[in-house]
Amino acid sequence: MNPATKQTEINQPAAHLRLVSDRAGGAAPGITLSGVSKTYRSRDGDVPSLRPLDFHINEGEFFVVVGPSGCGKSTLLKMISGLLAPTTGEIMVDGEPVTKPHGNVGIVFQNALLLPWRNVLSNVMLPIDMKKLPRDEYLPRAKALLKLVGLEGFEKKLPWQLSGGMQQRASICRALVHDPKIMLMDEPFGALDAMTREKMNVELMRIQRETGKTVLLITHSIPEAVFLADRVLVMTERPGAIAAIYDVPLPRPRSLDAMADPAFTELVQRIRKHFFTQSALD
Amino acid sequence: MAELKRESSVSKVLNAAWVRPFLFLIFIVVMWDVTIRLFQIPAYQIPAPGDVVAVLRTEWPELLRQSWPTTYATICGFLLSAVFGIPVAMLIAGSKTVESYIYPLLVFSQSVPKIAIAPLFVVWFGFGIIPKVISAFLLGFFPVVVSAVQGFKSVDPDMVDLARAMQGSRFQVFRAVNLPHAMPAIFSGLKVSVTLAVVGAVVGEFVGSNSGIGYVMQRSIGTFDLPTMFAALVILALLGVVLFWVVDRIERLVIPWHVSQRDDIVFAS
Repeated sequence: MNPATKQTEINQPAAHLRLVSDRAGGAAPGITLSGVSKTYRSRDGDVPSLRPLDFHINEGEFFVVVGPSGCGKSTLLKMISGLLAPTTGEIMVDGEPVTKPHGNVGIVFQNALLLPWRNVLSNVMLPIDMKKLPRDEYLPRAKALLKLVGLEGFEKKLPWQLSGGMQQRASICRALVHDPKIMLMDEPFGALDAMTREKMNVELMRIQRETGKTVLLITHSIPEAVFLADRVLVMTERPGAIAAIYDVPLPRPRSLDAMADPAFTELVQRIRKHFFTQSALD
Repeated sequence: MAELKRESSVSKVLNAAWVRPFLFLIFIVVMWDVTIRLFQIPAYQIPAPGDVVAVLRTEWPELLRQSWPTTYATICGFLLSAVFGIPVAMLIAGSKTVESYIYPLLVFSQSVPKIAIAPLFVVWFGFGIIPKVISAFLLGFFPVVVSAVQGFKSVDPDMVDLARAMQGSRFQVFRAVNLPHAMPAIFSGLKVSVTLAVVGAVVGEFVGSNSGIGYVMQRSIGTFDLPTMFAALVILALLGVVLFWVVDRIERLVIPWHVSQRDDIVFAS
C-alpha cells in the first residue's frame, strides 16, 4: 500500500542493531517531528529544553524514548499531545500539523491521576465526558477495556480502594477509551515496585498488540525500554537531542525470557554506554 | 451475665464520640460551680451555673424570640460570604494578574478591625438587619477566600493537562477537575466562616440594634444582669455549634469521597 506501511514491515523484528534515521513524507500516518525544539522563557533568560529533533514514529509502532532526567522528555510528550507549542519546527500527526490539543492521544502519567471522587468506571469515562461523546455508546467499551486489564468487578470502586498497579491499569483504560490512535506514556510504571512493573510491562505489550495503537513511551529504565520497544530513541542530557535511534531485534510476542536473550543484553549495554560516556564528559 | 452486658452497653454509650463533649461540658460546669463556691466569687462578677440555667428556663421564650434575628443575620452573612468568596477565589487562583491586584488588598482589608467600622454600617444602613448581615459577611468572607484559593491552586497540573489533552473546554475542565478538587478546602473555609459569621452578626447587634442576642447581651451588661448575659452566651454558642454541624453534614453529602469522610464508606474488597 502506501510507503509508510511498508516501512513498518521493514522495521519489524528481523532487522539487526542498526541506526535508523528515516524521515517520512508529509502526509504519512504516524507522528512526524521536523526541526522541533523547545526553549522556555524564564526571568534569567531563555532555557533551552530540547534541541531541534527530527524523527518519525510509524503507525502501530511501539516507540520508546530513554534519557537522563531533565532532558525534556515530558516536554516532547506535551508537544505531541498539543498542550505545548514547540518553539521551532512542526509536529504532524497523520499528516495534520498539531497546533492545539487534538484529542487523538491517550495520556498515561507516572501517577495514575484518577479523580478521587469518581469511581473506576467513570474515571475511565472521563475522556468521553470531556469530548462530549455519547456515553451509552462508549460505556460497553470502557467495561471491555477494564476487563482487558483485569479490573472486571472493580468498576464501582473508588480509586483509593485500588492498589498502585490497579490504579495505573485503570488510567491505561482511560487513555484508550476514546479509541485514540496514539498512546503517550510518561514513565507510566515509574512509581510501581519492580515486580508489579515487570508484570505491567508484559501486560502493556499485550494491550498494545491487541489494540494496535501507536505507543510513545518515556522511561528511565533501559531494560524496560529495550524489552518493550520496536525502536528506542536515546536522548542526550539537557538540552535534549537525539543521541541515537536503535531497532530492537527481538521477535514478538516477547515474554520476560526475552531479557535473557544475548541481543537484549547487548543492546542494553550499548544504550547504557551513551549515558556513561556522557556523564564522564560532564 | 445480663449485668455484664448492661454495664458494657453503658460504657459503650459513655465512649461514643458524641457523648464525650457533653461529658467534658458537665465537667466544666461542675468546676465552674465549685470554683465560685470555693473562692466565694460574688454573683455580680460571675454568676453561678444554677442561676444561668434558671434564666434560660424562665426567659426561654424571650431568648428564643431574640435569637431569630441573630440566626437570620448570621445565615444571610454566611451565604453571602460563600456566594462572593468562592468566585473571588476562582478569579484569584485562575489569574496571576487578578491575584496581584486583589489579594494584597484583601489581606489589608482583613486587618481592619470590624468592630471599629461596624458603627459606619449603622450610619449608612440604619438599625435594621442590613448592618448585621454586612458585619457577618465581612467576618465570614476571608476564610472562605483563603481556603478556596488554596484548594483551587493545589490541583495537580498534570491532571489539568490530561483533561485538556482530551479537548475539554476550559469550563468543562474546571467543572470536572478543579472545582471538585477544591471542594474539601472550600468546606474547611466554610466551617470557619460560619462560626465567624455568628461573631459578625453579634458585633453588628452590639453597635446598633434593638433586637437579637447581641442586643440582649448589651442590655444585660448595662444592668449588671450577669445570669442573662451568660444565658445569651450559651445561646450564641449553641447557635454556632448547630450551624457548624449543618455545614459539616452538607460536606459529608457533597464530598463523601474525601479522606476525612472515609470511615463512613464500607470497605468491601
